[in-house]
Amino acid sequence: MTEPILTVDGLHTFIGTDSGVVRAVDGVSFTLQRGEILGLVGESGSGKSVTCRTLMGLMPSPPAWWAGDVRYAGLPGRNLLDARERELQRLRGAHLSMIFQDPMSALNPVMRVGDQIEEAVAAHERLGPRERRRRALELFDRVGIPAASRRMRSYPHEFSGGMRQRVLIAVAIASRPKVLFADEPTTALDVIIQDQILSLLLELQRDSGMSMVLVSHDLGVIAEMCDRIAVMYAGEIAELADTATLLTKPRHPYTISLLRSLPETEQRTRFLPSIVGTPPQLIDVEPGCRFAPRCPLAERECHEWTTELLTAEGGAHLVRCRRHDDARRSETWPVQSFA
Amino acid sequence: MARYSFVLRRLLQVIPVLFGITLITFFLLHLIPGDPALQILGSSYTKARGDAIRHALGLDRPLVRQYLLFMQHLFHGSVGESIFFHEPARTVIEERLPATMFLIGYSAVVATLISVPAGIISALRQGGIFDQAARITTLVGFAMPGFWLGIIFILIFSIHLNLFPVNGYGSGFVGHIDHLFLPALTIALAFSTILIRTLRSSTLAVLAADYIDTAKIKGISRFRILSRHVFRNAVVSVVVVFGINLAFLISGTVIIENVFSIPGLGSLLVDSVSTRDYPVVQGVTLVFAVMVVGINLLTDVVHAALDPRVVLE
Amino acid sequence: MTAAPSAILLDLVERRARRRGGRAGRHITLIAGIAILGIVAAASLAAPLITHYNPDTLDPLRPLAPPFSSGHILGTDEFGRDIFARILYGGRIDLLIAFGATGVTLVAGTAIGLVSGYFGGWVDAVLMRIVDLFFAFPFFVLVIAIVAMLGPSIFNMFVAIWLTSWISYARITRGHTIILKGREYVLAAKALGYRHHRVMLRHILPNVVSFVLIFAMVDAVGNVLLGAALGFLGLGAKPPSPEWGAMISDGQNYILSSWWLSTLPGLAIVVVGVGFSLLGDGLADLLRVGD
Repeated sequence: MTEPILTVDGLHTFIGTDSGVVRAVDGVSFTLQRGEILGLVGESGSGKSVTCRTLMGLMPSPPAWWAGDVRYAGLPGRNLLDARERELQRLRGAHLSMIFQDPMSALNPVMRVGDQIEEAVAAHERLGPRERRRRALELFDRVGIPAASRRMRSYPHEFSGGMRQRVLIAVAIASRPKVLFADEPTTALDVIIQDQILSLLLELQRDSGMSMVLVSHDLGVIAEMCDRIAVMYAGEIAELADTATLLTKPRHPYTISLLRSLPETEQRTRFLPSIVGTPPQLIDVEPGCRFAPRCPLAERECHEWTTELLTAEGGAHLVRCRRHDDARRSETWPVQSFA
Repeated sequence: MARYSFVLRRLLQVIPVLFGITLITFFLLHLIPGDPALQILGSSYTKARGDAIRHALGLDRPLVRQYLLFMQHLFHGSVGESIFFHEPARTVIEERLPATMFLIGYSAVVATLISVPAGIISALRQGGIFDQAARITTLVGFAMPGFWLGIIFILIFSIHLNLFPVNGYGSGFVGHIDHLFLPALTIALAFSTILIRTLRSSTLAVLAADYIDTAKIKGISRFRILSRHVFRNAVVSVVVVFGINLAFLISGTVIIENVFSIPGLGSLLVDSVSTRDYPVVQGVTLVFAVMVVGINLLTDVVHAALDPRVVLE
Repeated sequence: MTAAPSAILLDLVERRARRRGGRAGRHITLIAGIAILGIVAAASLAAPLITHYNPDTLDPLRPLAPPFSSGHILGTDEFGRDIFARILYGGRIDLLIAFGATGVTLVAGTAIGLVSGYFGGWVDAVLMRIVDLFFAFPFFVLVIAIVAMLGPSIFNMFVAIWLTSWISYARITRGHTIILKGREYVLAAKALGYRHHRVMLRHILPNVVSFVLIFAMVDAVGNVLLGAALGFLGLGAKPPSPEWGAMISDGQNYILSSWWLSTLPGLAIVVVGVGFSLLGDGLADLLRVGD
């Protein structure tokens, strides 16, 4: 087994607000293998975006502060979180890159699109203007934007949503990164365009062999794209397994409830079961399992248990639940009531 | 291409505004309670003199014809005869115009030199000492009467420290710079209190924008991020605020000219109030209004040049 | 995964957050603003109780006395009139300008903007054309021109401000009214058949009020400065009025020997201005939190 390209151990990101300290990421650990696509799925506020932003060094500090041990293969022997601004600058673009959710606000509105891509191209290499232009046009082509030379001179607001996201992708891969964080890249787009963008990402990933962390609240998208999936809840990883296992043999009650709440086209159910309650405020967290208040399987001990990721079935499947064996058996689940 | 038609459209929009300005300026005369001739002549009023003045002001005609006469004179470049100076009002105004224009330009430049660094640094070091100091200074500065500050400046810098001339306009370009420094500084400080706050908040808004994150992940230098992304975008909203408030800056020149005895339009206006020189009052008001319209137009054009999204509105 | 690193981090963040000022700090601007204005208003209204001097009492034996001289905390002017008393009584005038001028324009401008934005159509078009027109004039110049025509006096100064200041309120209110007009609760109210004035007053106005009030604070500062400026120029309050701007103007002649004649009234203006500004900032913080 080759060494993973990224190892995250015990990542915490706390944000100071007027109402208290928000524990946005509270002890997240995972590895990213070379060439794999890892999915981070969860509700809003689960900490998936903040995780990526912290790893990229994009969290504004103050009010955010972080700790943990992160090892990136391209920065051997050093904790990535300790990297100085100059080192980060060297890594960004050429090693670690990111695409954001809203392509309209993620592009500089007063700068021509071509210039923005050329800027990315020239960030880590000395290139003459003609070479820059050539590479930029190549990228346009690569991400599927037609009439490239004319479009280069346009401004972001003159593009459609899907086109803008392609531009963002071009910007992100311009310096051939090894790891790409994709933060909800299709959430702001129409369903049809979503498909196109996801296919594009998949294609790019296969051609370059780069590793990807795909963040989404949409389990469908994650299931399509990812090799492994990490389910996040309330700033922690609730369950981590490869895609097939997670979808067919989930062990965390949250994951199971999520899967059950997906509309199945084969079944004709009149009611769509949803998970009762809302995720907890991440200020002044109470001890015990954070999902317990909403968990149909919760026992008294669950509210006192100091949670940790338990290993199931041979080691590749991690669950943060003390009743995960019981959760596999459907008779332990209370009858669904549709109040 | 769309931008050129935008400029054209704005130019066309100006025309009705200009007409409206002439309308209001014209009606100013009719605000006078009672008989203007009586106001002007005071104790030396005789019917003959009164008739002469009323005729000169065009008051012996029906209202509509008065306005048409007013416009007719205007097209020929005349705003009537100054009652005090016994010259065409236009001549008097033209004499005083350069000093005011110089003062306005000078103040705008000084204000920019003060506000831009202060606003940007406040935003970049948000919550720091500089930011706090700037906030307190702008808070107090906003409440300071310009004429009061001007007097204090004269006291300290002109009289006690003998650094600058006490008043007047001076001769030659260098002379102007020297004489107008304190007045320009006084106006600029007042103007800066608004500009710094605006620049600070627009820079903060830009810093929080997603495209700054995108710029960061490219791996480009911090300097490049600040100049091509942060500053370039923050400037856009500032240009608009600058333009809007330039009208207030112009208002400020009126009183500052008075404090520093500068022979400009502002002091002319104030003097003409006491001498009841109505045509001059009308003329100066008109000129100032046209200046504001011109500045607003210029602001819109610069804004469109800086921000490609504007044209779509 | 140990608890220790997260506990350390938690402590760090809490300390930093506390250092930047907690909840109490948020309301301090509001309180400070109210306090300042309250003290000034109380002092000038209760002037006869605070000082036994009248603003016009002459004391020919002690002209131009510096501050802290016997019997006169802030000194006297060229006629021997007590500066402290003049400032206190002058406060009545300047505060009257702040509230009187602002109050009327606030109500009138808001009403016009509300009607204009709500009904739209040609009413809106005409009113907004007029507003745009007024905006073409530098404010101060227009006020002076109007005062010039009407004749310099305090009352005419008020009239000039009333005629010109309402446009800002009209514009703000109209803008917000148009946005709110499309909001669902307004459409719901209309669907229920509520009369126009009820929709405007009970549904739209309460949501616009906060913006208007915040602007009113800024406007109040402007009006105080305007009133003082006109007093300074002799176009508003005139001697022997203890209006602060007029006092500054009087003091100009004696600036070399007796700086306090012009400086102290100016400080009074600054204090009042700061009071309104703090009040405005405090309101902005308060109301935006609720938004």
